[in-house]
Formats: sequence, C-alpha cells, structure tokens
Amino acid sequence: MASSIRVRATANGDLTDVQALIQHPMDSGFVKDAQGQLIPPHFIQQLTFEHNGKTVFLADWGPAVSKDPYVKFSFKGGAKGDDLKISWVDNKGATDTTTAKIG
Amino acid sequence: MSMMRNTLLASVLLMAGAVPAFAASEADYKTALSAAEAAEQQAGQLRNKWTTTEAQLAAAKKAATAGDFDAAIKAATEAEALAKASIFQATSEKERWKDLEIR
Amino acid sequence: MRARSVLTSAAAALAFATLASLAASAIAATDAPDPAADAKAFKKFFTDKFPKVKVEDFVNGPYSMNEDMHKQWEEKEQFPPYEFALEAGKEMFSKPFKNGKTYADCFANGGIGIRQNYPYFDEKEGKVVTLELALNRCREANGEQPYSYVKDEMASLTAYMAFTSRGKPMDIKIPSDPRALAAYENGKRYFYTRRGQLNFSCATCHVQSPGERIRAEILAPAYGILNAMPIYRSEWNGMGTISRRFITCNSQTRAVPLEPQSDEYRDVEYFLSYVANGLPISGPGARP
Repeated sequence: MASSIRVRATANGDLTDVQALIQHPMDSGFVKDAQGQLIPPHFIQQLTFEHNGKTVFLADWGPAVSKDPYVKFSFKGGAKGDDLKISWVDNKGATDTTTAKIG
Repeated sequence: MSMMRNTLLASVLLMAGAVPAFAASEADYKTALSAAEAAEQQAGQLRNKWTTTEAQLAAAKKAATAGDFDAAIKAATEAEALAKASIFQATSEKERWKDLEIR
Repeated sequence: MRARSVLTSAAAALAFATLASLAASAIAATDAPDPAADAKAFKKFFTDKFPKVKVEDFVNGPYSMNEDMHKQWEEKEQFPPYEFALEAGKEMFSKPFKNGKTYADCFANGGIGIRQNYPYFDEKEGKVVTLELALNRCREANGEQPYSYVKDEMASLTAYMAFTSRGKPMDIKIPSDPRALAAYENGKRYFYTRRGQLNFSCATCHVQSPGERIRAEILAPAYGILNAMPIYRSEWNGMGTISRRFITCNSQTRAVPLEPQSDEYRDVEYFLSYVANGLPISGPGARP
C-alpha cells in the first residue's frame, strides 16, 4: 500500500524547502451524508516533520483543515542527502509515517 | 336582539377577513396542481425544466399533505408560472441562441 | 413625373431585389454548417480578447486569466491534488476484468495516448461517442457493471488516459456525414442556448465573461475548456468528470440537469472539443 504522505524536500542555500501532500478524508464531523446522517469526525490531529531528531515543523490540526491537506514550509539547516521524517496521528488513533531524503 | 347582533357581527367579520370566507378546498388544489404538472410535463418534453419549478411542485404537495390547501394552491400556482416561463424560454431560445454565437 | 416615378419604383424594385438576394445568401451562409469557420472565429474571438495570453495557456482556464491565480496554480502543479486519482486510475486501467480482458483491448493503441481523439462521431451508431461513454461500454461488453459518470472511478480512469495524452493537440474529426454535422450543430446550439431560471447559457459565462468573477470564482474561457478534464476541484473536494461539470453547470443556472451522456451533453462535448482543436491536452487538472 502506498504511503498517504507525498513529500519533496529541496536544499536551497541554508534553507530546506518542503512540500507535502497527505491523503486523508479530514472529515470535520459537521457534514451530513446523502441520507442525512452526520459523517463522524475523522481528521489528522498532529503532523510532525523531524530532521536529525529535531522537530522542525509541528502542526496541531482540527476540523477546519480540508481533505487531502497540502503543506509547504521552509526550515533552516538540512543538507542534501539528509533524512526528513514525517508522521501524523489522527483522532481515531491511526498513524502514518514516511522518511524522505532532502534533494 | 343580542343574538342577531352576534350573527351580524360574525358575518361582517367573515366578510371583512383577509382570508376567503371559505378556506380553499382540496378540489381547488387538485385543479391548480394538474395545471402546474401539465405545464411542467411540457417543459420536460422541451428538455428545459427548472429546478425552482420542481421545488414549488414539491412544496405544494407537502403543504397539501399537511392539509394547508391555501399554501398548496399558492405553491402550485407559482409552479405553473415558472413552468410556463421555462416553456417560453425554450421556445424563444430556438432562435435567440444565435444572438450569442461567435461568428 | 411619370418617368421619375417609374425610375423610382424601378430603383426601389432593384434595391429590394438586391436586399432580398443578400438576405437570402446571408441566410444560406448562416444555415450551412461550417465547423472549420466556426473554429477559426472561436479562436480569433478569444485570442483577440486576451492578446497577452499564450495560445496554449488557454487550457488552464481561470489560471490564464489572473496572474495571482497563475502563480498559485504553478505552485500547486508541483504537488497536484489529482495525484491520488491519477495513481488509482493507472492501477485500475491495467487491472483485468473478471473475464481476463483489460481496457486496453477496447481502445486503439491499448488506450494510451488517444484521449485527444475523443469525442468522435461513430458512423455505425450515428451518434457522438465520448471517452466516458466508451469506457463504460468497454466495461459492459466485458461483463462488468458500468461506473457512475460523474466521479470516483470514471474520474480516475479518464485522468490516467488524459495524462498519457498530455501535450498532444486536441484532434477531433467531423466526418462529412450529415448526421455528424447535425450533432456538431446541436452541440453548438446547446452551448449558446439560455437555460434555467437564471437564464444563462454556457456562453453567458464562458464567452461573455471569461476572466471576470461570478461570486468568488474567476470564469474560464470556453476556448480549450475541456482540455484539462477531468479535474480535482477544491469546491468538490475531489475529482469530477466532464459529465459532472455539465450537470453542475445546469443546476447552477437552476436548470434541471439531463442524464449523464444524454445526446445534448455528448453533442456539446463534441462542439467544445472540436473548436479547441490544436490546443494541448493538459488533463488531469486542478481548479478552485
């Protein structure tokens, strides 16, 4: 099964530019289905990017984030060939994690 | 004497009322509904129904089920007007579409 | 006096005759379908209206109309939201049916790099056949249930097929068959006809107002409007097909939509694709 996380990290001078696309329904819990029943909340609560064991980006998400979220940010440090670890936990306790190389 | 006055008062009140002296009947509703449905059927043959017409027809039927024939007739009459407008649109557009054509 | 009146009436008669014949030839000219002339005029209308837009950029819809949106779209294309559907489509396309056959058996060149030829006029059936229709017919011919025309699997499959044709110019043919010309004309008429309680035609938004806003959205030009399909639309929080867009456009004008793949929809897809001949396939796409 393919990971739910697509990531691209590029070294850019002393910055590392990161883009990630995560496949997740991000159901807010406020939307009703075609039968009028509430679709239960199912969303990522925490998203973490780690480099060299240090957290460089931490997101506490809630129902306001839409389906298949896209994240873009830059952090200082990081060199080509370094590992970048991404993981998330959702409100149902499910997790996914992946490691990408900075290019 | 007071009996007569009461009767007179009652009949004056009835005549002065904003609502018809006798509430609209189911028969009146059925007449209005068939006129509306006939027009909508014609619009359907022209492949040009409007969503608002359908909504008014549904509202008419719902009000009738609840026994509110005044509201039902109002909605049915509105539905008929909308259906007729959609028929007019389909008919006139048979030629008028050319006004928008890029030549 | 008499001579003058004779001359006047002769002049009048001549003038009338000229007018009548001009009118007649004008009527004859407008009544004889000329898709090639239509396509030329269509392209000229949009390139004249937007001289700064590169011709191939029209396929990007609202993004070619607004610089800020174009920047956002360029960023988005690095990590497009349709990626998941595209991957799913590739997997689905190669998975055999229960009878062992695959989609490749239904299409020319195994279904790869052929999207730009759709829709086409099927002379045996006497009707326009779209890619979505062809895919479901392929399924049914091989004992499988057809998919919904508006999203999910159909969107994934057409996303994959569009992707294999990326960059190829739209190449729709109208055979010299009166039924094909009639289908083309029918599609053209549908495009320009006002419908719904809001009394909009497709042209009202996409010919009269491209680049302008309808509520919060920027309108796309009609020229090349199908080249990016299917699309991941943020408004839909997911993928949608050409069928989906036609249906939602109808209901947005308060017109009751027709059935997916109705004759009118097939014909308007034929018309819109034909007048975009030469523009590159850019699908699958992403839209606000």
